[in-house]
Amino acid sequence: MSTATLDKVEAEAQASPYITVTFRIRRFNPEISDEATWQDFELEIDPKERVLDGLHKIKWDMDGTLTFRRSCAHGICGSDAMRINGRNRLACKTLIKDINPDKPITVEPIKGLTVLKDLVVDMDPFFQAYRDVMPFLITKGNEPTRERLQSAEDRARFDDTTKCILCAACTSSCPVFWNDGQYFGPAAIVNAHRFIFDSRDEGGEQRLEVLNDKDGVWRCRTTFNCTDACPRGIEVTKAIQEVKRALITRRF
Amino acid sequence: MQIHKYDTVIVGAGGAGMRAAIEATKRSRTAVLTKLYPTRSHTGAAQGGMAAALANVEDDNWEWHTFDTIKGGDYLVDQDAAEILAKEAIDAVLDLEKMGLPFNRTPEGRIDQRRFGGHSRNHGEAPVRRACYAADRTGHMILQTLYQNCVKEGVEFFNEFYVLDQILVEEDGVKKSAGVVAYELATGEIHVFQAKAVVYASGGTGKFFKVTSNAHTLTGDGQAAVYRRGLPLEDMEFFQFHPTGIWRMGILLTEGARGEGGILRNKDGERFMEKYAPVMKDLASRDVVSRAIYTEIREGRGCGPEGDHVYLDLTHLPPEQLDAKLPDITEFARTYLGIEPYTDPIPIQPTAHYAMGGIPTNVEGEVLSDNTTVVPGLYAAGEVACVSVHGANRLGTNSLLDINVFGRRAGIAAAEYSADHDYAELPEAPAQFVVDQVERLRASTGNERVAQLRKELQETMDANVMVFRTEQTIKTAVEKIGELRARYRNVSVQDKGKRFNTDLLEAIELGNLLDLAEVMAVSALARKESRGGHYREDYPNRDDVNFMRHTMAYREVGADGAESIRLDYKPVVQTRYQPMERKY
Repeated sequence: MSTATLDKVEAEAQASPYITVTFRIRRFNPEISDEATWQDFELEIDPKERVLDGLHKIKWDMDGTLTFRRSCAHGICGSDAMRINGRNRLACKTLIKDINPDKPITVEPIKGLTVLKDLVVDMDPFFQAYRDVMPFLITKGNEPTRERLQSAEDRARFDDTTKCILCAACTSSCPVFWNDGQYFGPAAIVNAHRFIFDSRDEGGEQRLEVLNDKDGVWRCRTTFNCTDACPRGIEVTKAIQEVKRALITRRF
Repeated sequence: MQIHKYDTVIVGAGGAGMRAAIEATKRSRTAVLTKLYPTRSHTGAAQGGMAAALANVEDDNWEWHTFDTIKGGDYLVDQDAAEILAKEAIDAVLDLEKMGLPFNRTPEGRIDQRRFGGHSRNHGEAPVRRACYAADRTGHMILQTLYQNCVKEGVEFFNEFYVLDQILVEEDGVKKSAGVVAYELATGEIHVFQAKAVVYASGGTGKFFKVTSNAHTLTGDGQAAVYRRGLPLEDMEFFQFHPTGIWRMGILLTEGARGEGGILRNKDGERFMEKYAPVMKDLASRDVVSRAIYTEIREGRGCGPEGDHVYLDLTHLPPEQLDAKLPDITEFARTYLGIEPYTDPIPIQPTAHYAMGGIPTNVEGEVLSDNTTVVPGLYAAGEVACVSVHGANRLGTNSLLDINVFGRRAGIAAAEYSADHDYAELPEAPAQFVVDQVERLRASTGNERVAQLRKELQETMDANVMVFRTEQTIKTAVEKIGELRARYRNVSVQDKGKRFNTDLLEAIELGNLLDLAEVMAVSALARKESRGGHYREDYPNRDDVNFMRHTMAYREVGADGAESIRLDYKPVVQTRYQPMERKY
């Protein structure tokens, strides 16, 4: 039953070679100081563990005041987006071995949202932008008794954007959003896309009007940061381009 | 301290809480208090599907589904409740579709369905395609769809508010709910929510195990809040161990993987489930499969250098099928194990997954204060509750169903109660318990650390009250939990601040886990039989004469302040199905 790769994985797990790494964390607690500072923590960790495991080791064994959000710990709940070695990632989906543990691992809050304490940011503006695009199915007329029909092809058109977990990794990696918090940001557009291209939805025109706004899709500069940042592998920039095209052609 | 007044307060914003909120908001002034932003809830981690006998792809009906649910639960299921679950399943799925949920589709454009453990055609003849699904992220899509509809309905959320106490008052000799006390994470402020009706939908307690599919935040806060106030907890000894968690990490790999044709194999490559369940094989119910896996491991047929796991083999399935039907779990294998599931089998082991027991309710979601008495104004739904539709073992896809059917029922019942009743009067100093609890922890200079106690708790639970139990192992756990509870009094936190003090909240969560672990172990010790997820090696058979009954555990406080657990029992509701020997 075993294979070469599998034997290697199982043997490595067996060896559990702990290494020493440095976590360099951006700390901020306005109850203590108005200034944010960097703090280093040295810890023993198995390189196959997650950055989140490292943060837990620090919080549980070294410094209980270290504050961050987390819940599911496997990339589904979207709580722990942070800037790790200068890139937006989920701490629970980033393994130590994949981010060069020879150098200090920097961990900062995501950018463009107000930092409230350590790695915790104010998510309310992010969710407000999401709510503004009317992220729900809009239909007219009577409801059918059974389900609405939808072909597998029509279902596939918006499959990619249904994966969004609202972690804000994309929006907070966007240079336009950093400079102007009024911009809806990629995540809100992704969630508009999810409905605009759903064959069951009849609210496309309304949503496109919202996104045609001066703070809407036209602000996107196609830098692809969002696509690189998405922990769910959503082609965010492509989705934004599809929304732009729909605005021009009014076909979706 | 702030005091708020709402008709209906819902505690928790996962599937059950938001399904309740959609109904309650239409009918009453409603607030949802949630310790996480709603879309962070663990409903989102559910993968495989939601059962409903739509019969879109083959013959099926709700009566077969009812039977499977009762048999799956090893006849501890209340049969009236199971019938409601299976009947209302069909509308529950159609409602979600109308709300926008993007189910996978058949070639005709209808909701597609797939096989799942324990779901069968005509009372066990063969597996049936009953699970409605959206790839392997059905829970994610349910959570997103319900949140989207909460946005549409204008549901009022209080995000990152931890409910820490249930306010119960006595009026004319009747115990009633008057509201809840919550702690606001951002500020450390304590809030009293006076409400005519309160609905608990705060999820499970899985974090008292080490290897678990549960989120860090699943710490049984709702169960603990009502239990501390003298209300019973039902069937807490029944906990489900999902057969396929990622080896050592416990991350869930859906049963849908086996529904799509995945096979469990031991170190010899043998499809061992054929020995244990000749008809349903890899799709037997979860308790059966988890025991089979550990039997293989114990008898020396486990895989890897330590022989401590088995394989989930998907390598014979076409890569296109894995990409279309199981994209997330195949990615988990790549991310966390460095394994390519197209070519390599995935190392798995059973993982603590789901609490069948919880706050006892009737089929309207009304909470019970004993075997029959309703607590006016108090409701519960979802994993926090015990209706009981899952009995001794829940079938896969019945939890996403449960949260929708009973979340909706509880939301409607609570709002209707609010419309007809007045507020119960708040007691003097309603927040005193929470104020004291928070202050004591902040001021404590004790030398015990939360992380250490939690680790020891999780280790004893994994070692002693997991898939196989005996009187001796359970007693070891009870003793250890007693010791940990004593040491917990000396626990201190490092963060003394007000703002986002997660250090403090973790200490409170640990207190909840310790209370509930003790209830679980004590309930398990008394149940001298094996049934569903509760397997006693010293009593390997089901004993319908003595134990065809629900456990009801009450917290008692003696005159000297000493705490103890009193166990009582409640009859199982049987309608049309007589208990039979369970074979798959």
